[in-house]
Amino acid sequence: MGAHSNDHGHHEESFISKYIFSQDHKMISKQFLVTAIFMGVIAVMLSIFFRLQLGWPGEKFGILNAFLGDKWAPDGILDKNAYLAMVTIHGTIMVFFVLTGGLSGTFANLLIPLQIGARDMASGFMNMLSYWFFLVSSLIMVASLFVEGGAASGGWTVYPPLSALPQAMPGSGTGMTLWLISMVLFVASSLLGGLNYIVTIINLRTKGMKMTRLPLTIWALLVTAILGVLSFPVLVSCVVLLIMDRSMGTAFYLSDIFIQGEALDVTGGSPILFQHLFWFLGHPEVYIVLLPALGISSEIIATNSRKPIFGYKAMIGSILAIGFLSFIVWGHHMYVTGMNPFIGSVFVFTTLLIAIPSAVKAFNYITTLWKGNIKFTPAMLFSIGLVSTFVTGGLTGIVLADSALDVNVHDTYFVVAHFHIVMGLSAIFGMLGGIYHWFPKMYGRMLNSKLGYAHFWLTMVCGFGVFFPMHFVGIAGAPRRYYDYSEFDYLDAVLDLNPMISTFAIIGGAAQLLFIFNFFHSIWFGQKATQNPWNSNTLEWTTPVAHIHGNWPGALPEVHRWAYDYSNPDHEEDFVSQIVPLKAGEHAH
Amino acid sequence: MNLFILLVLVLAIIAIAQLTKVYDLSRSLRNTREEEVSAADNRLNANAWIVWMIAFFAGTIYLYVKYGDYLPESASEHGVAVDKLMSVNIWMITIVFFIVNYFLFTFANKYRFNPARRAKFFAHDNRLEMIWTLVPGVTMAFIIVYGLITWNNMTGPASAEAMQIELYSKQFDWTARYPGENKVFGAADFNLIGTTNGLGLVTEEGVAAKLAEIDHNLEQTEKAIANGKAEGTMPDSYMESLEDQLYKLKRHKQRILDLKENELNGISQWKAGADDKLVKGEFHIPVGQEIEFVFRSQDVIHSAYMPHFRAQMNCVPGVPTRFKMKPTITTAEMRQKLGNDKFDYILLCNKVCGAAHFNMKMTVVVDTPEDYAVWLAEQKTFGGDKREKKEEAPASPAADTTKTMASIN
Repeated sequence: MGAHSNDHGHHEESFISKYIFSQDHKMISKQFLVTAIFMGVIAVMLSIFFRLQLGWPGEKFGILNAFLGDKWAPDGILDKNAYLAMVTIHGTIMVFFVLTGGLSGTFANLLIPLQIGARDMASGFMNMLSYWFFLVSSLIMVASLFVEGGAASGGWTVYPPLSALPQAMPGSGTGMTLWLISMVLFVASSLLGGLNYIVTIINLRTKGMKMTRLPLTIWALLVTAILGVLSFPVLVSCVVLLIMDRSMGTAFYLSDIFIQGEALDVTGGSPILFQHLFWFLGHPEVYIVLLPALGISSEIIATNSRKPIFGYKAMIGSILAIGFLSFIVWGHHMYVTGMNPFIGSVFVFTTLLIAIPSAVKAFNYITTLWKGNIKFTPAMLFSIGLVSTFVTGGLTGIVLADSALDVNVHDTYFVVAHFHIVMGLSAIFGMLGGIYHWFPKMYGRMLNSKLGYAHFWLTMVCGFGVFFPMHFVGIAGAPRRYYDYSEFDYLDAVLDLNPMISTFAIIGGAAQLLFIFNFFHSIWFGQKATQNPWNSNTLEWTTPVAHIHGNWPGALPEVHRWAYDYSNPDHEEDFVSQIVPLKAGEHAH
Repeated sequence: MNLFILLVLVLAIIAIAQLTKVYDLSRSLRNTREEEVSAADNRLNANAWIVWMIAFFAGTIYLYVKYGDYLPESASEHGVAVDKLMSVNIWMITIVFFIVNYFLFTFANKYRFNPARRAKFFAHDNRLEMIWTLVPGVTMAFIIVYGLITWNNMTGPASAEAMQIELYSKQFDWTARYPGENKVFGAADFNLIGTTNGLGLVTEEGVAAKLAEIDHNLEQTEKAIANGKAEGTMPDSYMESLEDQLYKLKRHKQRILDLKENELNGISQWKAGADDKLVKGEFHIPVGQEIEFVFRSQDVIHSAYMPHFRAQMNCVPGVPTRFKMKPTITTAEMRQKLGNDKFDYILLCNKVCGAAHFNMKMTVVVDTPEDYAVWLAEQKTFGGDKREKKEEAPASPAADTTKTMASIN
């Protein structure tokens, strides 16, 4: 820990080493965040484009033509292939670039060293590489929107043979190649980051920072990193085999295919193998997205309720249980692939078990609010919103986990509703809450809270307004990834929901402009932050407002208590920083 | 129009910027800090939770009432059990949804900041935690057991009485195949697919014809290569593509030569295909008869989804899949029940498969056994039917549909 000497903060750095090839975790965290916001804007715009088509099919929108040109939106009507490309890239960017890279990248980098009392990450260089792999992979993914044939279009899960055969659809050509390359780089970024996070948390905790004194953010980020390190390599193998099937004539995923007048020279492979490999990452990925958001909200809810998080150890236990279970449930994405029904039963069992630790977490959040003294900062609003989305979206997971029920709602809007609420909204709320909460730590200035309130309420209302009605569209039997539903008489009665959903999507998307303006405005013009604006216990608020290399000017702080001594009756103030020694006769929690 | 939208956006941003500036100024005049939540703001947000909760719950109830029970009652036997399981699940999660959200939002409202009060230091309570681990545990046990019983009943092997129908998918349509009088499907192989044999049924004549076709192509390609070499002026890429072509043809031929004739129920599957019946656009099934669907795909993964029967199974190239069901309500009965004489059961594709994925569908007609027999007798066999009166090839769905519709009415 003594590797960094204290005077690191004083020497001047060049622009390039400070802002571009920075190895400082705080700068890298900001780089991740700004890149993720940029990617998020693209993904939200794509979703609004395809929501226009779904809400008002066949209607002409000048704006679509203006953005997408005559090839993709002739006369302002979205092209069928372009529609699938937008759906695919929206999903890919949101899941990987915003909610994995953006969320973990931002908050793991910012909070791990600051909350455990370390001068920086274990390897600043690996950390820098992690960002640069992330940026390059982001740029490749965005570039894939502009190639001949369009971006990958087979859905974000890119199931072969559709994704393996360029003749199957235009998006399976160059666009798909770029998608795969981007994904390999993305995994490299995740692994570099993840290993670094794990090593840092295990080895660089300051004196007194026992594992049982870690804030729940760190616990969540630790388990997230472990999940990533164990599951992302499987995605790489999955992707590499697909690259080989596409370019080198192998047949891992292909068999008995006749397409475009040709019987392909492939036998013996199985498309289902891809799904097993993909979902072996894909399911832990859900929790890679969700756990950091839950960690962040635990911290924010405890701080702003001025109460200890209820059931700290149970919270850790549930994070571990969810992390473990997430590795043995992937088959619930595959109930209707023809998989042996008995294996399906096993996955029903393991999947439904996840409801138990999830329920414990939800009840613990609510009990934390009980008899609290709640301050509604924008971060707190988003965190309470997260508990609601987590519960609401989680409950419909019970239906989807039940294989007998999944048969009829599999791949319908019911699924779209479920995962957008439980994973999409929850993780976005966690991320936004985190930004409102730690913005003063990142930029030394405050975000405007009035704009924050408006941003939250619009996002909450529109978020549920978009995704909640989709349950009903799905139960009526509307498949997802359809370009147009008007051909199906049996859906007529529920499809009047579509224009409403699209309207909410447009308002919700526009509401994010409030945030983006607030964010960039406040970086330069926000009110100057104080050292500990939220009266919080954790170590990051003991560092000076102005960033210095090595985080603490003098010796590293020593930790004497857990992170949740809020309103402790032994103390006069309603918060006690982790660095305050125990009073005589006071019991450590 | 576009200019107008752009203008509105720019003006909106300027407006926000100006408002923010006014706000910043007034804040510095009043000397308030951004992180200090004013009593007014706290009250506003605390009350907003209640307003939100009422709107959220009212919206939920409205959606349940108006759209909750939209899909008509199940038209298949297992679907009735699925629906029962579904309503138990939906009731349960709906109750939990209301209770948990109610506590969340009312606590948020009730325990708003009050400087005169101090939060209760309440870090854990083993009894409470035990309760809310055990209660979900027991509930899940019930749901798992109930769900798996339903699942096992619907996925077990088909009974001996079950009749088989193959649903064959390709970009972007469906073909239904009936095994004919011998009750055995003819063998099928992707290497034999051609313009007159969309499913690649294997027959001795078919194999011979395909081999002849390949031999002819081989000859042509070899000739082209010889010519190219003799002239020596052709670009390398052209010659390479010919070599490539030659290799592919040879491999294709070898794969066909490797096909082995096999027997099922004492009939050669190479001969069983002649009486198979292939239909497009619309297929019929008899009510009250257990049906085992066998799914195949020609190119990419498709999914056969029949929402009215609570039935779905992926169609995977190279891996045949199965799903059994027993239809219980004929199309005519369902039309009567719904008071909609245009109603039809439908089979659609539910796994994204390309640009026209959203349009890949087939009508399912559930007939009385008598009507079904009449309909089936009218369908052409793959081998060509001597008794056949129809002139059209089965591959013209529009014509087929009108004809069968006429026979129903």
